[in-house]
Amino acid sequence: MSPLDSDIAHLLAGSMVLLSFLLLYQDRMFALLNVFALHAYALACSVAWQAYLQRAPHLFITALIALLFKGVIIPLALRRIVVRLGIHRSIETVVSVGPTMLFGIALVGLSIVVMLPVTQAEGPFVREDLAFALSVLLLGFLMMVTRRNAVSQVIGFMSLENGLVLAASGARGMPLVVEISVGFSVLIAFIVIGIFLFRIRERFDTVDLQALDMSRGEAL
Amino acid sequence: MGQLALTALLCTPALGAVLLAAIPRYRLAAALNVTLCALTLSCAAALYRHRPQPSLYLLVDDLNTVFLFVGALVGFSTSVFSAGYIAHELQTRRLKARDLRFYHAMYQLLMFAMNLALVSNNIGLMWVAIELATLTTVMMVGIYRTNAALEAAWKYFILGSVGIALALFGTILVYLAAQEHLGQGMVAMAWDRLAVSSASFDPSLLNLAFVFLLLGYGTKVGLVPVHAWLPDAHAEGPTPISAVLSGLLLNVALFALLRFKLIIAGNPHVLAPGPMMVTMGFTSLLFAGFMLYRRRDIKRMFAYSSIEHMGIITLAFGLGGPLASFAGLLHMTMHSLTKSAIFFGVGYISQLEGTQRTADIRGLTHSQPLLGWLLVLGVVAIAGLPPFGIFTSEFLLVTSTFARSPWLAILLVAGLLIAFSALALRLQGLAFGDTERRHLLPAWRLAPMTLHLLLVAAAGVYLPAPVVAWFRHVAGQLG
Repeated sequence: MSPLDSDIAHLLAGSMVLLSFLLLYQDRMFALLNVFALHAYALACSVAWQAYLQRAPHLFITALIALLFKGVIIPLALRRIVVRLGIHRSIETVVSVGPTMLFGIALVGLSIVVMLPVTQAEGPFVREDLAFALSVLLLGFLMMVTRRNAVSQVIGFMSLENGLVLAASGARGMPLVVEISVGFSVLIAFIVIGIFLFRIRERFDTVDLQALDMSRGEAL
Repeated sequence: MGQLALTALLCTPALGAVLLAAIPRYRLAAALNVTLCALTLSCAAALYRHRPQPSLYLLVDDLNTVFLFVGALVGFSTSVFSAGYIAHELQTRRLKARDLRFYHAMYQLLMFAMNLALVSNNIGLMWVAIELATLTTVMMVGIYRTNAALEAAWKYFILGSVGIALALFGTILVYLAAQEHLGQGMVAMAWDRLAVSSASFDPSLLNLAFVFLLLGYGTKVGLVPVHAWLPDAHAEGPTPISAVLSGLLLNVALFALLRFKLIIAGNPHVLAPGPMMVTMGFTSLLFAGFMLYRRRDIKRMFAYSSIEHMGIITLAFGLGGPLASFAGLLHMTMHSLTKSAIFFGVGYISQLEGTQRTADIRGLTHSQPLLGWLLVLGVVAIAGLPPFGIFTSEFLLVTSTFARSPWLAILLVAGLLIAFSALALRLQGLAFGDTERRHLLPAWRLAPMTLHLLLVAAAGVYLPAPVVAWFRHVAGQLG
């Protein structure tokens, strides 16, 4: 593998980490959706590049799923939901942007410190790929805990899952990657449909999870 | 023969799900649901005798036959209970006929996913199956579409998916460690190959992988601190689903954890997985024991009791050794049977009383003598009193812990006592006291509950020699 090949792979995977940071501080719904679409495009490019490097044509299917499903269909569907629910103005966050970003940087540091020594036996290429993937995963978690609203939590979950697909495509010759990415897509599709359906049934007055917390059994 | 049973074990529920989705009449669907579960049970029983050749995808061995049989048994009796339960839900209009079609299809799909997770030899396939099981239960938890049910389903979905995501990352790391030695492709995901050759894997990768797997699958087991979905999902979903969650799904996740523990334990240079499991199990036991005191919802209370018992089982397997593993297996079986029996009872009680609030339920032994006394017996069993099977397994666990580390045993006994007194306290209010009401249930509806409690009592008094030999053999493998 030439240095240029691995540089391109690093560029693509690294851009996913950067986009994860961008996701963290978006405070407008539509901007959040746009950044997420970019995240999915970066994933699609990254997986396609891996498919080319590893001569693994089945990974192109994964890349295509990322591009069409996560890059186009899901953002469009979520945009419709956001418009219908009238929640496009702002996003309520639990923690303010500054500490969140600092915490995010700490998480990226953590994943590099954890991954690089552990994967000494692997090629340098797999090592950095895994470190990037773990960073994306942890930043996705961070986004899920700092957001209250259901739509942005789903976006956090999807960015987390993008990190997983990145890791799986980087692990050479790993079977079932396509099946796993299809499985995740089904999961996400169900949940997006779920949010949409419940709104139609007018049971959800709000998708703010704090309001839903009121209905805990303990408050009886 | 074995191959046929294995194929039938997977195909019966899968085809059944399609069939049940197409049947609009609920009586027919419920009867068919029971039949399909009975077929699955007979397949699982056949697999005990006849083992098919392992392939890269599927494997039947001593360990998973225990889980398969217990799972199929609980699945079958729950389907019988569910037939009576849903008829009432339909009468009170909490569910519509269309919901029931969906419900039955999901029930069979869940059976399929759990059987697949148990028989899969491929760690990736196992992950996909557990994800499918999560998805089907999320759907069923939210089926009432009340705010509380939706919130429970949402919480379960978010926490369950996060757990599943962590578990996948762990699985990828295990694959990376394996492909260095076994070569790329399916071979490096086949569990039987991994378990045999794990000694030559990179230990630091395995260490990291196990942390992710423990947290990931531990979420589905309901271990503290990643248990938060469990009480809500149990309390807000239909009661048959609470029974299946406690009796089946938690075990399947634990089974996945055990499979990985066996891989990790094969490598002498890796951190021992046991102490981590002991710590998490023990925390769950203590935490759930204290949480039992202030529950005001009857299903939520027994959900915390499930966390407590899954903690005990994880602790037993983490401790390891033939005796503790034996105790763990026995406890898992007994807990599945007892807890599902309790949920059968609780399901009828909440239907008859029209509430799940413990404060509003009184004098059950007066208002519905048979059901009330069965519930008393169930709670006595789950609290770990003789002559029931849970007493045997807890006794075994405590004695083997005493032999290994007395301090841990003292803490373990303290945890058991805390949970016991919480249950005893609550039982008094539920079962005794004056009440004007009187309800009568047809006796056949109580058959599954009675059967489970009889089995648990029988196991406590006398455990048949073949069962002991079987469990001892599996415990020996678990190490």
